[in-house]
Amino acid sequence: MDGRALLAELPRLRRYARALVGERAAADDLVQDTLERAWARSAQWQADSNLRAWLLTIMHNLRADQLRRRSLPLASADENELPCRPTQSDGLELDALAAAIGQLPEEQRAVLLLVALEEMRYADVASTLSIPLGTVMSRLARARERLRQILDDDAGGTRLRVVQ
Amino acid sequence: MNDLPVSEAELHAFVDGELSAERQAQILAWLSDHPVDAARVHAYRTQNEQLRRLYAPVLDESWPAAWNQSIAQTQALPARRHQRYAYGRRLAAGCLLTLPGVLAGWLAHAYLQPPPPPTTTAFSLPRQAAVAHAVYSPDIRRPVEISAENEEQLVNWLSKRLATRVRPARLGSLGYQLIGGRLLPGNSGPVAQFMYHDASGQRLTLYLSTENTANQETAFRFVAQGPLNILYWVDGQFGYALSAAIDKDELARLAKAVHEQFDKR
Repeated sequence: MDGRALLAELPRLRRYARALVGERAAADDLVQDTLERAWARSAQWQADSNLRAWLLTIMHNLRADQLRRRSLPLASADENELPCRPTQSDGLELDALAAAIGQLPEEQRAVLLLVALEEMRYADVASTLSIPLGTVMSRLARARERLRQILDDDAGGTRLRVVQ
Repeated sequence: MNDLPVSEAELHAFVDGELSAERQAQILAWLSDHPVDAARVHAYRTQNEQLRRLYAPVLDESWPAAWNQSIAQTQALPARRHQRYAYGRRLAAGCLLTLPGVLAGWLAHAYLQPPPPPTTTAFSLPRQAAVAHAVYSPDIRRPVEISAENEEQLVNWLSKRLATRVRPARLGSLGYQLIGGRLLPGNSGPVAQFMYHDASGQRLTLYLSTENTANQETAFRFVAQGPLNILYWVDGQFGYALSAAIDKDELARLAKAVHEQFDKR
């Protein structure tokens, strides 16, 4: 495997991890662990396959391990941890979106982010997460609808709605 | 208007552009008669676009320092494939580099060099072993992939991947306990690394390659790379390299023990 190809994927991996995990340090650790595991297992990577999808699969397996390990004692600690807003403010809408993303169940969030942020095809999302296509579709539908409701409630309750 | 039933999945596929052009047009027409669904489609598209805007700044953030070593290891091996040993030698001779310094050098090397021409040049056993030692032995959090507690699993896995019986040498009588091992990419396939430490925490790695095709046997050979000493030898298809920042005599005693154990295989 070409280490530079791996390096070129890091910014995208990091963006995805940040959106998935929320908290910056934890997301960066996940990226680092992914990089190390990918390198250690580079013999398993098939040269013509999609490197990004392979890396995302590794990241998801690591994340699943993390969640399993901490699910007993620490499950509640994470729920208050909303995604950090990356640097400069683009306005209230994006702030609200960042908060709303953090309220989704992680399994729904992962599907939505792979589709919306990574612009992956549904079939690739299914193989990356090792779930059936039907599950991808139902999680995507629930995530989008939930997000829409959260943002609608938010808009109606606490601030003026932007009329388009 | 077009009143073909439109499924929930199709609405999402419409949003994400996964439909055929024909179906995409049919659904577009259908939406003009279904304002509630049209509003949802609009909201979902807005979500896609806003999510990308929200996280776009992450792409441009500088990388945390904690990643440097992990990044260096991915750059070290391909960089060495460029067959520019002389660069590294001059660098090492000139500056008495520490191991992280060597890695930084290789990293810089990877960035500074133009893309290499395709080459099949193989790397020498001690060089590969030295890089593997430099990359993994300082790793506090994860020096090995499978630890000594799961030695049976480690042995089975490495044996399977290297397609030959591979086991760690016992060096306890010389004061070195097994930490564990890992699989690494070699010149043409997988190689194994076992890691040991002594009571003071001094780490020692045994690099084991099955890639030797010359089918020869060599005496112990010694090479130093900065503070790191490496003793290596070839025995049939197997290449062995023992690396540690310890003196040559102690390393030789350990190498002898390894050699005797594997000679009985």
